[in-house]
Amino acid sequence: MAFLEVKNLHVEVEDKKILNGLTLSVEKGQVAAIMGPNGSGKSTLAYVLAGKDNYKVTEGDVLLNGESILEMAPDERAARGVFLAFQYPVEVPGVATMTFLRTALNAQRKKRGEPEVSTPEFMKLVRDTASRLGISQEMLRRAVNVGFSGGEKKRNEILQMAVLQPELAVLDETDSGLDIDALKIVADGVNRLRSPARSIVVITHYQRLLNYIVPDVVHVLAKGRVVKSGGKELALELEAKGYTQFQGEAA
Amino acid sequence: MNAEVRAIKTPAEQALSAAFAAARGKLPGSGVVTALRDEAFHRFDAHGLPHRRVEEWKYTDLRALMREAKPLAEPAARTGVVTGLADVEAGRVAIVNGRYEPGWSNFNASDAGITLSELFAFAAEEKTYRLGDVPGKDDIAFWLNTAFMTGGVALRVKKNARQPVHIAHVFAGNSAAAMYPRCVVIVEPGAQLTLIESFEGPASLDYQVNSVLELVIGDQARVDHIKIGSDGEAALRLSTLGVTVGAKSAYNDFVFTTGGGIVRNQTFVRFSGEGTDASIGGATLARNRQHVDNTLVIEHAAGGCTSRERFRSVLDGQSHGIFQGKIIVNPHAQKTDAKMASHALLLSDEAEADNKPELEIFADDVQCGHGATAGALDSALKFYLMSRGIPEKQAEALLIQAFIGEAIEEIAHEGIREAIMQSAINWLGARG
Repeated sequence: MAFLEVKNLHVEVEDKKILNGLTLSVEKGQVAAIMGPNGSGKSTLAYVLAGKDNYKVTEGDVLLNGESILEMAPDERAARGVFLAFQYPVEVPGVATMTFLRTALNAQRKKRGEPEVSTPEFMKLVRDTASRLGISQEMLRRAVNVGFSGGEKKRNEILQMAVLQPELAVLDETDSGLDIDALKIVADGVNRLRSPARSIVVITHYQRLLNYIVPDVVHVLAKGRVVKSGGKELALELEAKGYTQFQGEAA
Repeated sequence: MNAEVRAIKTPAEQALSAAFAAARGKLPGSGVVTALRDEAFHRFDAHGLPHRRVEEWKYTDLRALMREAKPLAEPAARTGVVTGLADVEAGRVAIVNGRYEPGWSNFNASDAGITLSELFAFAAEEKTYRLGDVPGKDDIAFWLNTAFMTGGVALRVKKNARQPVHIAHVFAGNSAAAMYPRCVVIVEPGAQLTLIESFEGPASLDYQVNSVLELVIGDQARVDHIKIGSDGEAALRLSTLGVTVGAKSAYNDFVFTTGGGIVRNQTFVRFSGEGTDASIGGATLARNRQHVDNTLVIEHAAGGCTSRERFRSVLDGQSHGIFQGKIIVNPHAQKTDAKMASHALLLSDEAEADNKPELEIFADDVQCGHGATAGALDSALKFYLMSRGIPEKQAEALLIQAFIGEAIEEIAHEGIREAIMQSAINWLGARG
């Protein structure tokens, strides 16, 4: 049984059907890329996995480690190892980054029946990871994402991911808005987290990111369902031929 | 003849008239004070309690909200302890049941920079100071305080003053009663003062407080005034602050309210000299059926002054938060820079926020603006926090704390800022 199993998922947002019988499995240790044109349902899938409100599942199920997560609140999913790197990370004024990270980590540990992280251990983990991602101490002292550039926000998502050590990481268009240097830093951050104990889902519109985060498998999404799956070479094929070949198939 | 046509007196108004008639001969103070009381009561009697058609009191309809007038509080026991802000180092002046009680106070009289007198002794001796001649003196609650003022202190603060002063208003009666404290603080030119005013009383009694603080700030002075309302949730409190600020001074005012059933903080400020910077802010945390009204009237009577008015409120349950802010720029007060903002966070569908900003600008070379918002917690922010594993209530608490913290951060005095932040955190903790 795969770690993540999405079964025949149908989802509506404000009475508009977005996912249309999506079925997908991601194994432990696998890096799966999900590619697709705009409006194919990539971000909807990411939000449904994380548990955002207003996404109405009308049919199907999502199993994590064999257990349905659809009735779980977002924080409960997080404690079970789900992490979403947002396409547009929000600014949280008045909440310092360090406080935020620590509160989140301890809340997850508490829910899993683990002791709170010690201060020195936590500080070391955050500092080391932050410096690799080019996040300064000054940024860590600021409120979460406030005044951060687009690239800094994306790097901050990867920092959170590295601190929280999820079992299922979903990266929603993490490459959007990044220049090539930032892209390399972010990809390096993700690659360091590749592990046999972790599944990573990389959602992207372009093949470019996959040069740096090389996927084990590529799924193509169109009109709310997976229309083709293959190896990493599928991404290159898409880059060459575009998505038009799939636009008709899903209908 | 001065009969005015007005509605039949409410029970509270009748009780106030009867109380004034009975107490007039016994209330403290000599000739000048008695004349002030008579005039003030006469003015009150002609108007009656303010109601919703009195624009300044639009949202705090005392005719409806003040069902009865409690009898005047008896003097408290000669000794006792003030519980609030015990950790903040300050000269403590206790005003208990509306009277200065040295036995409850901890005021270091050896600080040569501050002289303290009992209010009526001060009124009798200090011929140069005209009691009650401050901004706000034409307000109805102010008149009632003048008519009934039961006691208080006068402080004169000189350049060599060092310690913060904490005026602690305590209601310590065994049954509900009314207290009318009046304090005067005169800050001489060049002096600096951190002045804390606090209000506390039992949770179970519907006692009434009508307080007035007259604050006169000289030139090139700095005053930080922080008012903390921790009354019991059945209490009715009307607090008036009348301030004049001289030239080239700094004035920082902050009003923090968590307690009280019906609370109105009114702040009247006049900038009478040029080149002064002021920050006037506040934070309110209300729940259940609490009603908290912060009303400001800021008069830029001299040019070249900067004022920032920043208020935030968090409203839960069926509470009602009100912000009224009026900035008046007089014709010759050129180069005035005034900006006012009020933000309310509504935590329940039944909570209500009213914002009423007003600008009256009579000068042509000024920068004035205002902004007001009211809304629920941002669901996108809440989702972001929850997606990282933070449970819903904790995520809400973090966001509320951040919201109110942005207001509290304005307080310069570290000890008071931390005490107020802790009080806000405790309030959030009680939300469950």
